[in-house]
Amino acid sequence: MSDALSLTAAAAAARVRAGDLDPAELWDGYRARAAADDHNAFTWVSDAGAATVDRDAPLGGVPVAVKDLFATQGVPSQAGSRILEGYRPPYTATAVERLTAAGAPLLAKTNQDEFAMGSSTENSAYGPTTNPWDPTRVPGGSSGGSAAAVAAGSAPWAIGTDTGGSIRQPAALCGIVGLKPTYGAVSRYGMIAFASSLDQAGPFTRDVTDAALLFGAMAGKDKCDSTSVGLPGPVELPRRTDLQGVRLGVPEELSGEGIEPGVLASFTATLDLARELGATVEPCKLPHAPHALSAYYLIAPAEASSNLARYDGVRYGFRADGARDLLHMYTETREQGFGAEVKRRIMLGTYALSSGYYDAYYGRAQKVRTLISRDFDTAWERFDFVVTPTAPSVAFALGAKTDDPLAMYLNDFCTVPMSLAGIPGISIPSGLSEGLPVGFQLAGPAFSENALLDAAHALEGAIGFDSAPWRTA
Amino acid sequence: MTQWEPVIGLEIHVQLDTRTKMFCGCALSFGEPPNSRTCPVCLGLPGTLPVVNAQAVHFALMMGMALGCEIAPRSIFHRKNYFYPDQAKNYQISQYDIPICSGGRLGDVRLHRIHLEEDAAKLVHLGESGRIHGADASIVDYNRGGTPLCEIVTEPDIHSAEQARDWLNLLRVTLRQLGVSDVNMEEGSLRCDANVSVRPAGSTELGTKTELKNMNSFRYLERGVTAEIERQIALLEAGEPVVQETLHFDPASGRLSSLRSKEEAHDYRYFPEPDLVPLVPTEDMIGAARAALPELPADREARYLAEFGLAADPARLLAYEPQWGDYFERVDADGKAAANWVEQLRARIGADADPAASKVTPQALAQLIGLVGERTINAGAGRQVLDALVAEGGDPAAIVEREGLGSMGGGDELAGVVAAAIAANGDAAEKVRGGNAKAMGPIVGFVMRETKGRADGGEVGRLIREQLGV
Repeated sequence: MSDALSLTAAAAAARVRAGDLDPAELWDGYRARAAADDHNAFTWVSDAGAATVDRDAPLGGVPVAVKDLFATQGVPSQAGSRILEGYRPPYTATAVERLTAAGAPLLAKTNQDEFAMGSSTENSAYGPTTNPWDPTRVPGGSSGGSAAAVAAGSAPWAIGTDTGGSIRQPAALCGIVGLKPTYGAVSRYGMIAFASSLDQAGPFTRDVTDAALLFGAMAGKDKCDSTSVGLPGPVELPRRTDLQGVRLGVPEELSGEGIEPGVLASFTATLDLARELGATVEPCKLPHAPHALSAYYLIAPAEASSNLARYDGVRYGFRADGARDLLHMYTETREQGFGAEVKRRIMLGTYALSSGYYDAYYGRAQKVRTLISRDFDTAWERFDFVVTPTAPSVAFALGAKTDDPLAMYLNDFCTVPMSLAGIPGISIPSGLSEGLPVGFQLAGPAFSENALLDAAHALEGAIGFDSAPWRTA
Repeated sequence: MTQWEPVIGLEIHVQLDTRTKMFCGCALSFGEPPNSRTCPVCLGLPGTLPVVNAQAVHFALMMGMALGCEIAPRSIFHRKNYFYPDQAKNYQISQYDIPICSGGRLGDVRLHRIHLEEDAAKLVHLGESGRIHGADASIVDYNRGGTPLCEIVTEPDIHSAEQARDWLNLLRVTLRQLGVSDVNMEEGSLRCDANVSVRPAGSTELGTKTELKNMNSFRYLERGVTAEIERQIALLEAGEPVVQETLHFDPASGRLSSLRSKEEAHDYRYFPEPDLVPLVPTEDMIGAARAALPELPADREARYLAEFGLAADPARLLAYEPQWGDYFERVDADGKAAANWVEQLRARIGADADPAASKVTPQALAQLIGLVGERTINAGAGRQVLDALVAEGGDPAAIVEREGLGSMGGGDELAGVVAAAIAANGDAAEKVRGGNAKAMGPIVGFVMRETKGRADGGEVGRLIREQLGV
């Protein structure tokens, strides 16, 4: 049984299809592990028996863990917030429906920073998630529950969302693979919104092949999401083992100052490996990238201030008792229902959109966003991919940055530019620093996922990282 | 004493008669049980996203083309943020700086813009106050929430309450002819706010305006605007300023009360709706909207004046009420005569009736007009034939035959009746001889009674004069 649970999802699915593995064994085994999880990675674990699955389905009955903010019919979907405590939606998100239809039943919902606002999963109303590599440390965020669940082996794979780094950074801090697809590649329908123009769903997996498999099953145009886009072609499973002729650009703005020495050492070693595989590695410029974080912290809160307006106590979720009148009901419900970081961003965003300030803040941030996109367009003239450390540091201690929002925001320094440009990025584990995983980020042009996954696959093979600490624990 | 000129602009909200709501697949609601026409999208449940209704866009394009607007090659939706329970998301998806249609004109009023948005839900406040303040409880029915709306904004080209009323009626019949809305003010599918200011006649500067709301009938619009014009003139003549504010028209008292002053105005924090892509009408969409355009009332009115030589009133009447205009055009007869007889039919079966569904076919009416025209029957007999047609349908000539309504010729029979009439009305005959032609009435009446109305009036007059030697 433990053999089956140590398989990658793709390998397990292949065995199921070959008739060598009963998917009920996977379901029962992972359900037991998830129920026994001691990282607070889950907010809900299915207590259903193994469903009959179509053994020929592409995902072979391999169960999936899903970030709390995906709406799942009849199952708590609280986005890590008290204001949605006990909320069970009457419908299911498109991405989750597609995974179920492809043969990946819903195993569990995973913990997250409230409304995906955070980089440590400490901003959850349901308690922080801890890092399976070191339970005194954070798993990253906001999709920390999904990352911890996969890293701990209590889920074979999981999905999360990335707005400014919320897939890539926790994947890096937990030593697994995380893919943020091109904006529009995966439907946002049923994803409880943080920042609509940035939110994008993607997979957390043990390896790059699993990421391709899961991404392929969730991607595609959805008539319920006007901003979704059909992929130019099917998602291929990666095969590549070399990087001959691949041109990697290293943006100096994102690979020097502010990066921890241990992280930088792992990054540099990975670049050497890439050269050995045949890649060319050259410095490249993303002149506006240093302004990305500032622009992001205007655009994302602005959209969030509007997206989160619906949590008012009128229709669903939490409502404060004892309100005197309508305004009092609104203010008390939101005062008690939202956490501090969410309130901070609602206020920031409300201010940025206010009459008289719009042009100076939101309008200017959108211009910076355009300039950052152009920086990448220029880079693609010379490079196939841009590579950076995923996060500036390894997993930090619980509580280390909770009192310093700006220090927390810097976690997304290397991932936010890609989010603003809407381009895909993948984080793969590149090694350890101080005994903790380091992430290596590859980013490519819009809809270059197949090539990106291929390159990541080649590097992954050369790195030979063992993303399974539970096996040696 | 100063002459004052009112300056009026209208903002009209039209509920579009689409099959489904603006951003979701719910059918539009017509009095169904509360909250039965709702779904996760129009309830604003977490994670849901809007999708633009293609039929609403089609209707907006038709309106834009019919009213001569410029169609934006790329318009965008914005979020209008405000907290109120009638908005499930606490923002309304509307259009802001780039509406789907700009400019245009209807009649003598220029249009500023037309844009698409979603309607709010309906709030019901329980308790004596009837308003949210002091209510025991407020309940929300989201059935109406998300109904497609077009907002039409005019330029301030209107200068009297009567003109405002007439123009709104022209807009109403135009939109009805386009088939884009029920345009029923009482039921709220057509709503009109008015921006009203006054200025000294001849001035080109605009005075301070007030916004009038809740005038949910043509009569209320006219009364409300009239009252506001008078109120503003009285203020100005007393040397007091007009305060910019929103006023609520109370139909019971006919008075205006202040809703909120500008100081409390919302900051709606408009920003581009990130859940939608820009609205880019394709050639196919433009072509389909153009192909769907019918002849509009104003064009039809002009055609009736020019082509048929109708007078202004019948031309407008027939042009504004398309079922009557359509019927009129199927009556193969002289235009003026046809308009006259169609009006008579309308008076008999009612303006709201569909003449095409009546027992009077356009062919029968044309035949009747022919019989009157060639003096086979006189006008009075024609009206009797029309009564019979309305009641039982059939063939006018057969009715004339059956009822014996044919005109008497001018022969000896009629001359005999006239002689008898003169003999019986000696006083009147004397007066006519004395030069008073108007005194002929009793003699004519006698003839008509004797002939049961079949005599030709002109011929009777000629015979009377001939026999009296005048």
